[in-house]
Amino acid sequence: MTTTEQPAHADVGFGRRPRVEDARFLRGKGQYVDDITLPGMLHGAILRSPHAHARIVSIDTSEAEAHPKVKAVITGATLESLKLAWIPSLSHDVIAVLATDKVRYQGQEVAFVVAEDRYSARDALELIDVDYDVLDPVIDAQRALDPGAPVIRDDIEGKADNHIFDWTAGDKDQTDAAFASAEVVVKQDMLYPRVHPAPLETCGSVAWMDPVSGKLTIWCTTQAPHAHRTLYALVAGLPEQKIRVVSPDIGGGFGNKVGIYPGYVLSVVGSIVTGAPVKWVEDRSENLVSTSFARDYHMHGEIAATRDGRILGLRVDVLADHGAFNNTAQPTKYPAGFFHIFTGSYDYPAAYCTVKGVYTNKAPGGVAYACSFRVTEACYLVERIVDCLADELGMDPAELRMKNLLRPERFPYLSPTGWEYDSGEYPRALAKAMEMAGYEQLRKEQAEKRARGELMGIGVSFFTETVGAGPRKHMDILGLGMADGAEVRVHPTGKAVVRLSVQTQGQGHETTFAQIVSEVTGIPSADIEVVHGDTDNTPFGLGTYGSRSTPVSGAAVAVASRRIVDKARLIASAMLEVSPEDLEWDRGKFFVKGDPSTAKTIQEIAFASHGTQELPEGVEGHLDAECVYDPPNLTYPFGAYICVVDVDKGTGQVKVRRFIAVDDCGPRINPMIVEGQVHGGLADGVGMALMEVIAFDEEGNCLGGSFMDYQLPTALECPSWELGETVTPSPHHPLGLKGVGESATVGSPPAVVNAVIDALKPYGVRHVDMPLTPAQVWRAMQGRPFRTDLAITDE
Amino acid sequence: MQVPSPFEYERASSVDEAIALLQRHGEGARLIAGGHSLLPLMKLRLASPEVLVDINALTDLQRIRVEADAVRIGAMVRHAELLASAVVGEHFRLLHEAEQVIADPAVRNRGTVGGSLCQADPAEDLSAAFGALRAEVVIRGAGGERVVPVRELVTGPYETVVAPDEILTEVRVPIRPGTGSSYRKVERRAGDWPIASAGAVVRLEGDTIAEVGIGLAAVGAAHSVVRGAEDAIRGRAADEESIELAAVRASEECSPTTDQRGPADYKRALVAELVRRVLRTAIARSRGEEA
Amino acid sequence: MQVTMTVNGTQVSEDVEPRLLLVHFLRDTLGLTGTHWGCDTSNCGVCVVQLDGLPVKSCTVLAVMADGHDVRTVEGLADGPELDPVQQGFMHEHGLQCGFCTPGMMLTARHLLDTNPHPTTDEVREAISGQICRCTGYENIVRAVQWAAEHPKDVATEGVSP
Repeated sequence: MTTTEQPAHADVGFGRRPRVEDARFLRGKGQYVDDITLPGMLHGAILRSPHAHARIVSIDTSEAEAHPKVKAVITGATLESLKLAWIPSLSHDVIAVLATDKVRYQGQEVAFVVAEDRYSARDALELIDVDYDVLDPVIDAQRALDPGAPVIRDDIEGKADNHIFDWTAGDKDQTDAAFASAEVVVKQDMLYPRVHPAPLETCGSVAWMDPVSGKLTIWCTTQAPHAHRTLYALVAGLPEQKIRVVSPDIGGGFGNKVGIYPGYVLSVVGSIVTGAPVKWVEDRSENLVSTSFARDYHMHGEIAATRDGRILGLRVDVLADHGAFNNTAQPTKYPAGFFHIFTGSYDYPAAYCTVKGVYTNKAPGGVAYACSFRVTEACYLVERIVDCLADELGMDPAELRMKNLLRPERFPYLSPTGWEYDSGEYPRALAKAMEMAGYEQLRKEQAEKRARGELMGIGVSFFTETVGAGPRKHMDILGLGMADGAEVRVHPTGKAVVRLSVQTQGQGHETTFAQIVSEVTGIPSADIEVVHGDTDNTPFGLGTYGSRSTPVSGAAVAVASRRIVDKARLIASAMLEVSPEDLEWDRGKFFVKGDPSTAKTIQEIAFASHGTQELPEGVEGHLDAECVYDPPNLTYPFGAYICVVDVDKGTGQVKVRRFIAVDDCGPRINPMIVEGQVHGGLADGVGMALMEVIAFDEEGNCLGGSFMDYQLPTALECPSWELGETVTPSPHHPLGLKGVGESATVGSPPAVVNAVIDALKPYGVRHVDMPLTPAQVWRAMQGRPFRTDLAITDE
Repeated sequence: MQVPSPFEYERASSVDEAIALLQRHGEGARLIAGGHSLLPLMKLRLASPEVLVDINALTDLQRIRVEADAVRIGAMVRHAELLASAVVGEHFRLLHEAEQVIADPAVRNRGTVGGSLCQADPAEDLSAAFGALRAEVVIRGAGGERVVPVRELVTGPYETVVAPDEILTEVRVPIRPGTGSSYRKVERRAGDWPIASAGAVVRLEGDTIAEVGIGLAAVGAAHSVVRGAEDAIRGRAADEESIELAAVRASEECSPTTDQRGPADYKRALVAELVRRVLRTAIARSRGEEA
Repeated sequence: MQVTMTVNGTQVSEDVEPRLLLVHFLRDTLGLTGTHWGCDTSNCGVCVVQLDGLPVKSCTVLAVMADGHDVRTVEGLADGPELDPVQQGFMHEHGLQCGFCTPGMMLTARHLLDTNPHPTTDEVREAISGQICRCTGYENIVRAVQWAAEHPKDVATEGVSP
């Protein structure tokens, strides 16, 4: 970027600009958890269960303890004596830090070794002898509630089955009535299989309990440092002021780094036991087999419509596989997250859903991976079943969508399941995507190819995201309300620092939050330092996930910045000896109405606020402000996506030829960063639709436990993304911002799947479950698709 | 992260020294070349050799030479070097096509031809490619050299006829004018092991298939080739009927297992489809029609 | 055993266990933490460094195997304060987000441009196909490499200074 291309105040406010965090990353000077080395630091490693379900008969650690470099071996028995063997889950259940009675999934934590170096810690794991009594596992979620199924959670008093919860949303009677009157009803079973966020940096921590000061510092791969600190205080009984959680540079999160994992707790216990700092970093298999997965929703959808394509209602039954412990991260009131946003982007009166959660002998989790609390599953359900309806009606799927999309005049829109969509211009976005794609021409090309026996597919999806959790009166995690604090302080020279409660994992907060302050105050963003990721230096807040940073923390920063400007007006009025009402704000300075040359810049005002200037009555010195933002509503970004694929009918291979994404997230703080976020989410969608899955065999072995088995898309599977935008501001966010982090992950999987199924239409295929691997596509063409959540068999 | 168990490390400066080191350390010793098959197994502790004998200094084995009727490829030739070799591409298109899809560029910079063959992973591509070419390997031990057809090298998954104190030093690929070849792989995504791969080598006499080699990877074909399919079309016209015959025979002759890459019925169908495609291309190329 | 190698132009000599992986030698022994680690199976490519000028996965190379050789890491990309055009391209085109895959991507890109100064987008995608990025969807990485190709060192010195 040459400086001559830049307008005068290029560094003020919103706009495309390089990221400040790049300077360190480009030089290899980022500091991720595993880059931290402390004097005398020891290394931990976790022994994990090879079995999915087994009773622990005995654990012999004597040989490991005799290893010359081993400092400590910790088992469930050690933790029981500290009352730390079990900790609360994020969903009002408990999880085992180290197994005491049984192991309940393959990869569960059984023992922890602390040694002088990481190689020795690994060696010592092989010296621990665990005697297991292997039990029958529950692997197929659809069999979890069978009479006689093994009971996984016999630690819960009186528990005699694997049932977790039943939950409903919407109006059943009204929905039944809509179905009774419908001319057309289409039903479809579909699985959103278990996938994994798989950030390239695995989870890890360095814990240091200073025996002199009694202060615990934990550097940790966390998306929510403040929530972690409070939970450590609540669980371990440590005084909260003596706990400091630092989230340094994070190598990708995608929801995987929201929760508290046993390894974090073990590094703390290891430090307490040894008196030294202890580092623990997962290997890749540990990350894939034991940390928060996403999805695993077995869904049955039914859609009712008129013969001419007017949708009347939607009914959904979900079986939710939560694994061995209910540890999904989501607001307390919503055991199925925001799944009831499944009514999607369409205007119809009736909807009803039931969700049944079950335990299985698999790793716990469920809400992770850029999903906005189950919006991903909801979007997939509605966008798939709308395509099934189009197929039934013989209508073009884009035409069917256009016919039913919510019109702009319907906003704010109250959905049949109780959500208030804040703003939207849906038909405009879809029309734009179709225009960019050359939709009519694509359909012609497809018809010609079909006539020649070639398989080409065009997939359309429209999504409504639900982000920015959320209003305190509705939303909390373990009792902690989902509001966020922000502090802005302007230094005497007019430079500023903003302290955030949220934490970046690559989203570029150090750039964009400075731009928010700059947008409001006129201080150049290069003059604004962003502080985040350290509980000792930032205000409380619930962290970064569910695309909430911009809608919640971004709003907090905007409000605090406005308070700065408001105060600056009062000080400027004293400086210019006019009344505050006689001043006009021209971003970065106040001037006297009618006399633009009589002005004070924000920098001059900042100095005066710290100087000898006599301040108006009631105005304290300095130019600081803070805000705790309790969002009045969620925000609702949306978009229209079109995917074009070619399918090799001889091999079943799918090639994504084009992908057009029109996103509306309101105004864009930094369009470059927004586009980057969308690109990443689109690649996620291609991965989930075509290759990613964590399946289990009948013994409960995880079949996606390494990057050889858990396939992630490379540059060769991703097309060059074609992006478009529309801008519909949120009416309730101070700057109209909506958030975009997860939009593309939500919207893209159905577009890809719809495209592949569209390509397979000549074979009479209406639905196939993800991932659409070559084998699955070929089997679908034979009319015999397989279940993707279980080991592939010859059936 | 996963790390190997402790081992002793020796570095050989000549083939003879490597053989002497293998003899001295006995069954617990393993050669390490590129390390891209062995080290991952060692990290998983599925392999725990007591001694590693590093042969990366044996640059004599890192050459590609053309002799009168054969191309001689040293065992330490890296995948990337085989892919970059013009002479290899000129004579054996299928080797370039196979190397384009073996692992990924960074792995190909390290992994070696000899290492891949000796690791004998059932999904490994070079055994199928060299098998289709009817290449030979040179194996050296204390008692001297022996030459073994690639089709007799592998005795089972991860097992070869190379003795613990021997080294595979070279692959010799016969040059037969008028030959066309082709290699195709279907994978779940770039860099993955194949669901199935097929390679074909064809020499025509007039319109008749005079010689044919068909190699398959990852589908349980004995020695990574399908002799029955080859026999079925040798001497027949180079037409669609023969191609179909070979495709069907190949899919019957291999014995794929069902795994997460796909069920066996799919893999058999895939074999038939890939054999069709590589035979068509190989025949076209042997006719001098570029395809 | 004693190993001696050149890392970013400087000779280093250390006593190491034979089993020490090159990635750990660079990170733990030398403190060059710009080279990252992401998987155990040589699939993700975040550990890519240049060994004798070629991109290799340093999690699958023993430190002793690099004895006597030349290693280049991300810390050796810039020429003093002046960023390599590849680094400038990554910033200019937003080719990184969390930064974890970035060092390996840039070292592969540098090698690509050294051997093929004007790669097509397909050639760039092929070159990085053994390296996973979870953030960028690859689009801007491809653009970053193309930017670097269009701004070779002698003419790329102006403008970008993070």
